Amino acid sequence: MTNAKAKEKKSFWERNRLSGGYLLKKKMMNTGVSICRFILLFGMCFLILQPILNKISVSFMTEEDLYNPIVVSIPEHFTTENYLLAAELMNYSKAIVNSFVISLTIAVLQIAVCTLVGYGFARFNFPLKKFWFACVIMVILIPPQTISSSLFLHFRFFDVFGIFKLIKGETINLRGSVLPYYLMSGGCMGLKNGLYIFLIRQFFRNIPVDMEEAAYVDGCGTLKTFVCIMLPEAKPILTSCFLFAFVWQWTDGFYSKMFLGTTSLVSTGLARLVDSLGAYIQRLTGTLTTVSIAYSNCILATGTLMIIVPLIILYLFAQRAFVESISNSGIKM
Amino acid sequence: MKKQKNKLAGLQKRKAISGYLFISPFILGFLVFMFKPLMQSLWMSFCNVELGAASFNPVFQGIDNYIYAFTVDPEYNRLLVEEITRMMIYSLAIIVFSFFVALILNQKFKGRALVRAIFFLPVILSSGVILGLETDNQLMAALEQTIEQTASNVSITAALENILRTAGVGVRAFEKVFEIIDNIYDVAIASGIQIIIFLSGLQTISSSMYEAAEIEGCTKWESLWKITFPMISSLFLVNWIYTVIDFCMRSDNEVIEKIQDVMISQMKYGLASAMSWVYFVLILAFIGLSSVIISRGVYYYD
Repeated sequence: MTNAKAKEKKSFWERNRLSGGYLLKKKMMNTGVSICRFILLFGMCFLILQPILNKISVSFMTEEDLYNPIVVSIPEHFTTENYLLAAELMNYSKAIVNSFVISLTIAVLQIAVCTLVGYGFARFNFPLKKFWFACVIMVILIPPQTISSSLFLHFRFFDVFGIFKLIKGETINLRGSVLPYYLMSGGCMGLKNGLYIFLIRQFFRNIPVDMEEAAYVDGCGTLKTFVCIMLPEAKPILTSCFLFAFVWQWTDGFYSKMFLGTTSLVSTGLARLVDSLGAYIQRLTGTLTTVSIAYSNCILATGTLMIIVPLIILYLFAQRAFVESISNSGIKM
Repeated sequence: MKKQKNKLAGLQKRKAISGYLFISPFILGFLVFMFKPLMQSLWMSFCNVELGAASFNPVFQGIDNYIYAFTVDPEYNRLLVEEITRMMIYSLAIIVFSFFVALILNQKFKGRALVRAIFFLPVILSSGVILGLETDNQLMAALEQTIEQTASNVSITAALENILRTAGVGVRAFEKVFEIIDNIYDVAIASGIQIIIFLSGLQTISSSMYEAAEIEGCTKWESLWKITFPMISSLFLVNWIYTVIDFCMRSDNEVIEKIQDVMISQMKYGLASAMSWVYFVLILAFIGLSSVIISRGVYYYD
């Protein structure tokens, strides 16, 4: 064994001598680079993961552990009370079902519509195409907050060309219902829909036209070609856009607050968590008390964890779909 | 001959019609939910909106809202300037950081898939409401303070900061750099998508180029600037625009918070519209200007 090793070593030095010191230099270089790389990457990964780890450890602590300077990451009094409290405050079991249903339906609707539009932009030539595509870019660029005040009023006094006013004598108040957001998603104006159109168009443009032309020659109609030939090809980008739509909808605060305010969702529940904790404690003690920062943050960390756990599970299973398809979509200007 | 041309025109017409059918949801949605509200909010920004029980009636009053936003409102100017400088600095930092990380992740080493997965995690976990909560996490801030107190002057950045400050080199520029280094977490969690975009660009560069350069005696450093940089320069533009937009729409953006506050709590729809228009136009001008500058440096290989 030692003999073989010595022989190998010798041969390395031998080779090194033959190459005039180049081999040793190169090997040392490589080792140095990989050590540096390891330290850098380890640090950065820790930076990203640390808040999550911190939340996990905090979420199992009792209030007295939070103030105990000796307790840093492992709780002395292990407890699951925080989870129960956060679940009660966020109305968790109901909110998670609501969130799931809404995110799923919205994501399916958005991606279905965006796929149609993206395909239209990628494959057909029609007058004013450039103009409409500029509009897509504009949709990406315009922050939804710019039009939020007007949308707010738009749905408060909702009407289609004055029809409802003619029939019922007044406009309908659509605020507080789920319908406006479905309408908006159906019109590609939901959360980041411009981006999905852009990505899907980019993907379709990279597929060679031969297959479609063959289908056309064989007498396949436009719609059938799209459904039977192009959709199966586009599966990766559609999955990843769907996952993004789902995840972003899940955590979205802006649209949820504006249109779905009355439906209890995990995202709005989390945003209100600290306030509802204050109200809860006030109800419990009967006097006006301010909740200590540490405790409210502990509950907040627990709530955040409870919201992101489904996403983490999703990510673990669909990690490839998230990462790979973006890198395959070939984004270029 | 003429007949054939006619037929072609017919096919093109048919294709144009189906094209329009395909994008019709977008056109409808754009006109109803984007164009109309946009114009309405532009109009409202020149009005004093009175909210009635069953309707709202804007009363035209010229540019009063704009004047109010700029001269009377105590916070708006300051927030606007702060937010836009913050956006510029952070976007730059995010681009540099993600390019750097993409360069590292493009190399071959063990556990690359894991590291990639971790870097992409913030895209999912730090979006929407969670991001807003993360920033004002007082427990973390308190914790940080205790750590700083117990470990006074051990921090490398603090020591470096002190040295450079006493040396008095370009103090203001360094302040910003230190600010970014102190908030590297914010930069790291905002650069998931950008890293992936850069990575995809890096993977399309054929390795034969590097080999040729190496044989010609090109060092790694030189080939970074002469090959890698030009080849993915178009992605810098994409990433820059994406970063800026992403930054504008973050939920912890103070200008947006201010606008929401004016709109929902104070019910001043006109003023809120004026404020958001000013913000929007500034962002758009900034994006336009910077993309023109960047696109001059973009090199197209094909």
